[in-house]
Amino acid sequence: MNAVQDDDAPLLAVEGLEKRYGRRVGCTQVDFRLWPGEVLGVVGESGSGKTTVLNCVAGRLAPDAGRVLYTDRTGAARDVHGVSEPERRMLMRTDWAFVHQNARDGLRMAVSAGANVGEPLMAVGARHYADIRAAAGDWLEKTEIELGRIDDPPTTFSGGMQQRLQIARALVAGPRLVFMDEPTGGLDVSVQARLLDLLRGLVTELGLAAVVVTHDLAVARLLSHRLLVMRQGRVVETGLTDQVLDDPQHPYTQLLVSSVLQP
Amino acid sequence: MSEARDPAYNFAYLDEQTKRMIRRALLKALAVPGCQIPFAGREMPMPYGWGTGGVQVTASVLKQDDVLKVIDQGADDTTNAVSIRKFFQRTAGVAVTETTAEASVIQTRHRIPETPLAEGQILVYQVPIPEPLRFLEPRETETRKMHALEDYGLMHVKLYEDIARHGHIATTYAYPVRVADRYVMDPSPTPKFDNPKMSDCPAIQLFGAGREKRIYAVPPYTKVESLDFEDHPFTVQAWDESCAFCGAQDSFLDELVTDDQGGRMFVCSDTDYCNRRREQGFRGSATEDAA
Amino acid sequence: MYVAVKGGERAIDAAHRLLAEDRRGDPAEPELTPAQIREQLKLGVDRVMTEGSLYDRDLAALALKQARGDQIEAIFLIRAYRTTLPRFAVSKPVETSRMALERRISATFKDLPGGQVLGPTFDYTHRLVDHALAAPHAGAEPAEGAPVSEDAPRVLDLLQQEGLIEPAGAAAECPPFDVTRTPPSFPSERDARLQQLARGDEGFLLALGYSTQRGYGRTHPFAGEIRLGSVAVEIEPEELGFAIELGEIEMTECQMVNQFQGSAEQAPCFTRGYGVAFGHGERKAMAMALVDRSLRADEFGEARDAPAQDEEFVLSHCDNVQATGFVEHLKLPHYVDFQSELELLRRLRREHAERAMPEAAE
Repeated sequence: MNAVQDDDAPLLAVEGLEKRYGRRVGCTQVDFRLWPGEVLGVVGESGSGKTTVLNCVAGRLAPDAGRVLYTDRTGAARDVHGVSEPERRMLMRTDWAFVHQNARDGLRMAVSAGANVGEPLMAVGARHYADIRAAAGDWLEKTEIELGRIDDPPTTFSGGMQQRLQIARALVAGPRLVFMDEPTGGLDVSVQARLLDLLRGLVTELGLAAVVVTHDLAVARLLSHRLLVMRQGRVVETGLTDQVLDDPQHPYTQLLVSSVLQP
Repeated sequence: MSEARDPAYNFAYLDEQTKRMIRRALLKALAVPGCQIPFAGREMPMPYGWGTGGVQVTASVLKQDDVLKVIDQGADDTTNAVSIRKFFQRTAGVAVTETTAEASVIQTRHRIPETPLAEGQILVYQVPIPEPLRFLEPRETETRKMHALEDYGLMHVKLYEDIARHGHIATTYAYPVRVADRYVMDPSPTPKFDNPKMSDCPAIQLFGAGREKRIYAVPPYTKVESLDFEDHPFTVQAWDESCAFCGAQDSFLDELVTDDQGGRMFVCSDTDYCNRRREQGFRGSATEDAA
Repeated sequence: MYVAVKGGERAIDAAHRLLAEDRRGDPAEPELTPAQIREQLKLGVDRVMTEGSLYDRDLAALALKQARGDQIEAIFLIRAYRTTLPRFAVSKPVETSRMALERRISATFKDLPGGQVLGPTFDYTHRLVDHALAAPHAGAEPAEGAPVSEDAPRVLDLLQQEGLIEPAGAAAECPPFDVTRTPPSFPSERDARLQQLARGDEGFLLALGYSTQRGYGRTHPFAGEIRLGSVAVEIEPEELGFAIELGEIEMTECQMVNQFQGSAEQAPCFTRGYGVAFGHGERKAMAMALVDRSLRADEFGEARDAPAQDEEFVLSHCDNVQATGFVEHLKLPHYVDFQSELELLRRLRREHAERAMPEAAE
């Protein structure tokens, strides 16, 4: 499946990314690279531009300037916003996954859990019902959802379960790159902890690359190898997670870190 | 018999410009089998939902020397079939027939004739909802993209849910098919029993949806597969009974209520097929009591 | 002994004869003439012209007679007739600012150049059934009144002079979209939307317009101006190079003044909604103007939350000829599809019973 790939080539290269909303700057001068198996956290307060960056990089929003280059399974570099919409949607369907803050945005609420997880497989050609159902069952177990719920619609699930179902649906078809937008936002603290453990385990087990947007530094510390700190649309600091959080250089980062409530 | 047509109208009612526009759409449709082609459908003298798409397609392909058959639910004598046939007799003056083998153009609602079709014949289907994904995704902007991107996951989700819920795929008519390994198409509300007839068919199959303003087509000898799962393969309906008039065991049977005690009788839906068989001497159970 | 039902053709012929009889009603009553309908049921006739999308009073009156008073049936007749007519030209946009006014009102100003002219309207009548109308009347005295001032500039043009309202938009270079010649698709441009709304069902648009007033997508509308009167229809043949008048039509125009919008680059100003009808059709023109403005949500960065803002929903379902065709087509035989459903249902019920049995046996 994987062709010979230059191991030095980053999976994702973002250059000079900029997006404006009228006069307001969404994000500007954003550059970073992401390698296979790496998790990049993007942190900042609301309004910092982190979600804008995520949406541009994930192909969901067209930037006003800059490029997003993705290296596909054949080793070819693809300009995410330069390719045609069909090609981009194909990438989004096969190579990438997106986990929304609100699980409802990433699920079909009227359809069973099993169908939700099975759909990405069927979208790429799976045609054996029992196999699809078995794969869905595996993933429900992996995301700690009771197998007996496989035929229930997500409307009957708790918030935490819906989020785990969304994750199962996102990962079932084996994407190389996952984008997450506040994956634990809106959940109880204890539920968050369980979800984070799960995510960390899956990312490591599957060798996924990920870009995770969060305002919660604890989430960033637990999940990401590297961090991008954003303020008012700009990247103010970047580096290894532990370094940035333990020894912040930029005054804003220092403020962020110091304002985290200590238990 | 060919009759003199009403001179107040152009041949087959539509003006030549409109026919040309429809034929262009038909050619596009044949070039991309199963793909829905928009066309500027016109108001016809019968209501939307009553076959205006089929009528416009037939009007555009009809020639003076054609022989026309019109059926609804498989029968030539149902009121809507009668109405449409009279319309073309009046506006085109073409010869009409009830015999499938003698027709060059057959317009149909909800059935494919049992008699196998031949090269040179055209089958025109009346289509209410051309979009197979419509009830899964109401927005046209979305379904258009799904077809363009061959993004048919949602279709299979529906089939998966059916099996999870009922143990069977619960679609029994308008059963979605994949044409020439590319487009997913709605065959119109024909029973799934008729789906196999569409594949590798020697005749030209044209589909007209007047209200929704879409045309699509399947050229002769094209592969048409009904969607299914490998371990839940597509099957057609079967009856325990045979036709009470002609004894046929291989045709689609209509159920008739004969009394209020639960009495039932099954007869061929395709009246021409049934009549031909009886001409050849085949008999069913009901005719044995005839005086 | 069951005999296959034959005689569909005879049944249809008989139905047509019954229809003709019923249409005539009691032969002791005088037969209605299209001229009577045209003169005395004018508002009904005007609606048939508008939604039939064809300006011909006599034809619309005849259609109403043939349709036995059923408006949608009459509209259908007009539409089907329209199909047979060739389109030989596209007229210049009619100049409603030069309308010969019968009626002209504005809710946004107490008084304005040209004045508020009530014209013939139900608006201030008390809805008391007038039994006197049951008997034939002597001809009423024609109403006295000063002719309407020719100089009645459009209210929204006055607002535009001050820059208070978005500009009306220049006439496009190319002819407007024609849904009867090109199949509409989504998303639509405003010209295609307006055409579909103009042909659309008054009841449906009324309900949608009403919904915007009740909070389903609020646009803060004011009736800037409603005009009723005659306008000239002109074409400009290429060979001549100048416009010639083909005739006059009576029409109703409604311009709504809606919630103001602004952006970083543009100062805030009022926004527009537009509606028209052939003949006298205020309810339709007003409802259409409300829905037109709602559908322009994207232009003003408004979220599309409400049904009246959902372009696909509104435009796919506003054509009553399409709607009635499809709803009423359920009367056609569907026994073959139904047979298929029956067969599946019986099988599922059998299986359900079989599954229940072993449990019951325990």
